[in-house]
Amino acid sequence: MTASLSDLYRTMLTIRRFEERIVELVNANEIAGVTHEYVGQEAVATGICAALNADDVITSTHRGHGHLIAKGADVRRMMAELLGRVDGLNRGRGGSMHIADLALGIYGANGIVAAGAPFAAGAAWATAVGATRRVAVTFFGDGGANQGVLHETMNLAALWKLPVIFACENNGYAVTLAQSRSTAGSLVERAAAYGMAAEQVDGMDVEAVLEAAHRATGRARAAEGPTFLECVTYRYFGHHTAERTMKLGYRTQAEIDRWRLRDPITATGAKLDRADEEQIRTAVEELLDEAVEFARASPRPDPADALEYVYASGLLPRRGFVG
Amino acid sequence: MSTLRYLPALGRALRDEMAADPTVFVVGEDVRESLRGVTKGLLEEFGPDRVLDMPISEQMFTGFATGAALSGLRCVVEYQIPSLLYLAFEQIANQAQKLRLMTGGQAKVPVVYLVPGSGARLGLAAQHSDHPYSLFAHAGVKTVLPATPADAYGLMIAAIRDDDPVLYLAPAAVLPVRGELPDDPEPVPIGSARIHRTGTDVTVVAIGHLVHEALALAGELEGEVSVEVFDPRTIYPFDWKLLDESLQRTGRLVVFDDSNRSCGLGAEIVATAAEEMRLIARPRRITRADTPIAFAVELEKAVLPSRAQLAGAVRAAAREGPAG
Repeated sequence: MTASLSDLYRTMLTIRRFEERIVELVNANEIAGVTHEYVGQEAVATGICAALNADDVITSTHRGHGHLIAKGADVRRMMAELLGRVDGLNRGRGGSMHIADLALGIYGANGIVAAGAPFAAGAAWATAVGATRRVAVTFFGDGGANQGVLHETMNLAALWKLPVIFACENNGYAVTLAQSRSTAGSLVERAAAYGMAAEQVDGMDVEAVLEAAHRATGRARAAEGPTFLECVTYRYFGHHTAERTMKLGYRTQAEIDRWRLRDPITATGAKLDRADEEQIRTAVEELLDEAVEFARASPRPDPADALEYVYASGLLPRRGFVG
Repeated sequence: MSTLRYLPALGRALRDEMAADPTVFVVGEDVRESLRGVTKGLLEEFGPDRVLDMPISEQMFTGFATGAALSGLRCVVEYQIPSLLYLAFEQIANQAQKLRLMTGGQAKVPVVYLVPGSGARLGLAAQHSDHPYSLFAHAGVKTVLPATPADAYGLMIAAIRDDDPVLYLAPAAVLPVRGELPDDPEPVPIGSARIHRTGTDVTVVAIGHLVHEALALAGELEGEVSVEVFDPRTIYPFDWKLLDESLQRTGRLVVFDDSNRSCGLGAEIVATAAEEMRLIARPRRITRADTPIAFAVELEKAVLPSRAQLAGAVRAAAREGPAG
């Protein structure tokens, strides 16, 4: 599958504008709780998912909206999910942190750092023994790179040569803890020590990410085993939506501004024909207008249904009172 | 009809279901060598793609099963000792168990977490002797503790066929038990209890291996107290309906539970009976003490629930309330 530059641009811009709208909706209390915005990191999800087939699998993170959009999720149903409505992808049961679309191979955003990694190994193995060799990508951050379960999974994937891509989005901070204060050694060298292909990629350059992802999927489909991609990137916004009110001092505005100079959307947009770029921009706004309208029009869940969808067998959980 | 021990019955269920359904596979530590005896012969019969030895990475292989289940397979995960469930607790209670709800009904996670040898087995000390079923019931994980070979067989078949995660604990103390298995055994529905012996004075709810102790006591007390022995078989979801029927007859309840006392399953059974069912005597619990298991056998036995303690509670309950 080859994506054109305008396709990549459209996906990245959709993610960026989706997230900016989400911030507005959180601030207006139309979305409950907080969300973790992907703004700044769009080239990573876009480049990697552009190398995947429709039936390949991804596991996402707490900062997952970009992964879903890049894997082809319906932004109208994503928006409805974030607003907690019945037409949401997860019928309003998951929200931002657990949003999923299993039919598209999206095994869910996840509220626990790196917890989706072993799902990717299981999915890769399950399909590798079948007729079709599907690739499974597990996204995680520099924070996730220090979780034991990720290393347990890298060991198995390398040992069994599973078609897994370990997509590390190194945005420099595990919540507020800088990578220099959380991580010994080099992430790429850690992965290489398991005997898997490992490379560092400029995560602000969508074409570089796509090329690296093609190398990784090529290895995976040729049964040559997993690949570790450290995509060096940055989040422009806080760890979550509420951070702007918290007056934290873990990074400077100057640092944020420096990264913004390398913005992947600006850089890619500049390579497009001006008219094409404007047409994409208009189409993205229309799509998001429609998504917000769709979400707002969707009914809220009926409290009487609060015990549904807990068990696949149809078992209803006990209520918290008698009577 | 044949007579066999518990562990071979459990192994036969796994073998039969793997033969019947090509999507079923097993993962765990040392399962190809069958260190625990359940997976004996499976490698030879079904090949290496369906019997996977895993590195000592319990979180990983528990999540691996989830990923395979989301991709259409059915997995049985074996843990050699009950406390390994603590390492996997995040992946079971916070991931697999919640995926159905979190995805709004998209996901099904048909995985069985099997511990062949749960609870104490004398001399294994603090980190190998726990019986953590109350923890999983609290988290809403379907949990079964079969007490007989026939139930071991029937509940394993049902657990594998279930579309939700199921914790299957085979208590260590019950593994040597012999019993009868029909030639064409049926699955035992998850959530259905069984009354092993009917009685009119006191209902003893006995969990797992304690069913056999309760039956022995009921025999000893014959002529003195008429004891009904109630085996929940599944502790979550609990068969409250059958317990209600039993207490309609006896009105007296003693729970015989291998959990720690505080916040254990016994507390839940007593509380539910007190709130919703007929009781003519104070309900009682015989449980473990709230302590880790010490190494010396005398100390271990001192904190586990015993038949003598149960006898005292049954007699005390029988003395309360109107006669017969």
